[in-house]
Amino acid sequence: MQPIQLQWLDYTILAAYVAFVIGIGWMLSRYMKTSSDFLTSARSIPTWVTGLAFISANLGALELVGMAASGAKYGMSTAHFYWVGAIPAMIFLAVFMMPFYYGSKARSVPEYLKMRFDERVRALNSVAFAVMTIFASGISMNALAKLLNQLLGWNYNAALFISSGVVLLYVLKGGLTSAIYTEVLQFFMIVLGFAPVVYLGLKDVGGWHVMNHSLQTVALNPAALNLKDAGISYASNAWTSAWRPVLAGPSHNPMGVDWFAMIFGLGFVLSFGYWCTNFLVVQRAMAAKNMTAARNTPLVAAVPKMFFPFLVIVPGMIAAALCTLPDKGYRIPPPILSPASYARAIEVVKNARAGDPADAVTAVSAALGTKVAPDKIVSLVAANAASKLSDDQIKAGLYNSIAENDYDGVILSLVKRYCPSGLLGLALTALLASFMSGMAGNVTAFNTVFTYDLYQAYFAVGRSDRHYFITGKVITVVGIALSILTAYFASMYNNCMDIIQLVFGFVNAPLFATFLLGMFWKRTTATGAFLGLFGGIASSATFHALTLAQGNSPGVKGGYLKVVEVFPSEMAQNFWLAAFAFIACLLLTLGISLATKRTKSDAELKGLVYSLTPRIVDDQQPAYMRPAVVGVVLLIACVVLNLIFW
Amino acid sequence: MGLDIRWPIGLMFTLIGALLAGDGALNSANSISLGININFIWGIVLLGFGAFMLWGAVKGGKKPPAP
Repeated sequence: MQPIQLQWLDYTILAAYVAFVIGIGWMLSRYMKTSSDFLTSARSIPTWVTGLAFISANLGALELVGMAASGAKYGMSTAHFYWVGAIPAMIFLAVFMMPFYYGSKARSVPEYLKMRFDERVRALNSVAFAVMTIFASGISMNALAKLLNQLLGWNYNAALFISSGVVLLYVLKGGLTSAIYTEVLQFFMIVLGFAPVVYLGLKDVGGWHVMNHSLQTVALNPAALNLKDAGISYASNAWTSAWRPVLAGPSHNPMGVDWFAMIFGLGFVLSFGYWCTNFLVVQRAMAAKNMTAARNTPLVAAVPKMFFPFLVIVPGMIAAALCTLPDKGYRIPPPILSPASYARAIEVVKNARAGDPADAVTAVSAALGTKVAPDKIVSLVAANAASKLSDDQIKAGLYNSIAENDYDGVILSLVKRYCPSGLLGLALTALLASFMSGMAGNVTAFNTVFTYDLYQAYFAVGRSDRHYFITGKVITVVGIALSILTAYFASMYNNCMDIIQLVFGFVNAPLFATFLLGMFWKRTTATGAFLGLFGGIASSATFHALTLAQGNSPGVKGGYLKVVEVFPSEMAQNFWLAAFAFIACLLLTLGISLATKRTKSDAELKGLVYSLTPRIVDDQQPAYMRPAVVGVVLLIACVVLNLIFW
Repeated sequence: MGLDIRWPIGLMFTLIGALLAGDGALNSANSISLGININFIWGIVLLGFGAFMLWGAVKGGKKPPAP
């Protein structure tokens, strides 16, 4: 892709957005008097604000870019990450878990673990969470800086420092409240910035029905779009149905997953593990002004979340459909190659002899460093031999002959295709907003956990509130600085993302078992929880060391001890790993708890364990405000969506 | 906290909406995508959204805090 040229209008929109988010931080700075104001918003925020922030903190750019990529690669099945992998868990959090988080007066998820179990479990969770948030933030910033560099030609370092600097300014001024308020603004920016791209994409492809019809062609021969290896074919509904391809078995859907891994691995373990225990999102609900507002926060968030597939997945499906329509002249963008690679390949084409096509194909592939379509290279060489082509013409031919896709470029290729100056500025600002909301979310969760659960708990016990207030601010700066460092780390290692995601999987998958037993079984002991969690993490690592996904070599992607099982796809491997680690943690915690003595009495566990906590009576509120009623309605709506796209 | 977030959201989208709609109206040749003046149309949508947020903030009663 050629760099996009922004006009004054685009820059004005970008500047207006930056000015407003910094302005929000500045306006809120006057209310920051205590560590609680800065780190927990002093539990003062209305539901609709915490609800939209809850969803926005999760809506980082990696999700925006990644879901469009998955939409092209896997089609409608990607919606399972929302309808199976998010909504039920968000409802469960609201109805069953939020009363314990909010009612216990814990300031963070690790602090709840300390109240329920002991310091060991809190320390394990705090350290793992602090490291993960910094890496998540850094990886996100690296992706943003790379994107701005490739897309707009901006300097990588400048892009990294300026965007981090903006986040630092508004978080440092207004703390968690500032992050939450700007997340709401960012939510609307993302929705209103990308909605016209979806509309224009659907119009271009000829509407929903034409898109579905074109995707049937994709399903029958995905190799034509370099989506799968040659010879692989699926039923015509593989890209347009959410459930039928999954129910047919792993070899009948492009994700390569079966229904059990999808429902238990994604829908239960990974989903509940993320939405119910990750402080990054739970913190937004804990900042709500009262218990009802806290419980309704995930429910408010579930409404837009349910419809996000149409905003973030459909663009990927549009892109795949467009590729099948020759008159549209569109292809999923290939990997971005350096000008030097193109220059080398152009020379190869110029010097190639039309009578020796196989050599030309090999040499061009080596010069570009990527797979190429042999027939297209042969045609290009022949065309150049017949009438000397210009360098630009050869470069265009090479671009079209690359037989690999850069799926992460899908959403930007559509933005570039449809957005005139002005709308382009709006869409890019939306992308920037998603990066910033992700980073601010991670940094505010990091500074709370670090200040309260590590610094106050182990390094500076019993100091004044002013001391922790200032520490919180210093840790915010440190958090941003560490994010920048990890961004550079991520930029140096191609497989950094894989390693980090792997570690996330190891830590997150078993954690939900600890919470589930801790909240709903009073017999769970601190030793059981601590050793069970450790054992669960070790089980994840062992499972990974012994399994591999088809097409991967043993190493970072698994199988480094021995390959005892090969899964059809990485996704299937991840879902099964999560299921295995959850069961291991659950059984270990159960067994060790039964073998060890309880250290906390029933009285101490009141408000922390379901059976020992008085039920919240919602009768005083109108039905539409009761979390259980709203939860059931949302669940029904979610089932209806699943049935519509069955 | 004393800030009603609808004020900055309303003001920002009103401003961006006005910019886009203005560009669409005055510079229509460069605002077209797939045959529609998308800058003008979407600018009006954003203006409407911004106005709705401002209306909510005014009705909610909290004035924007003085700088």
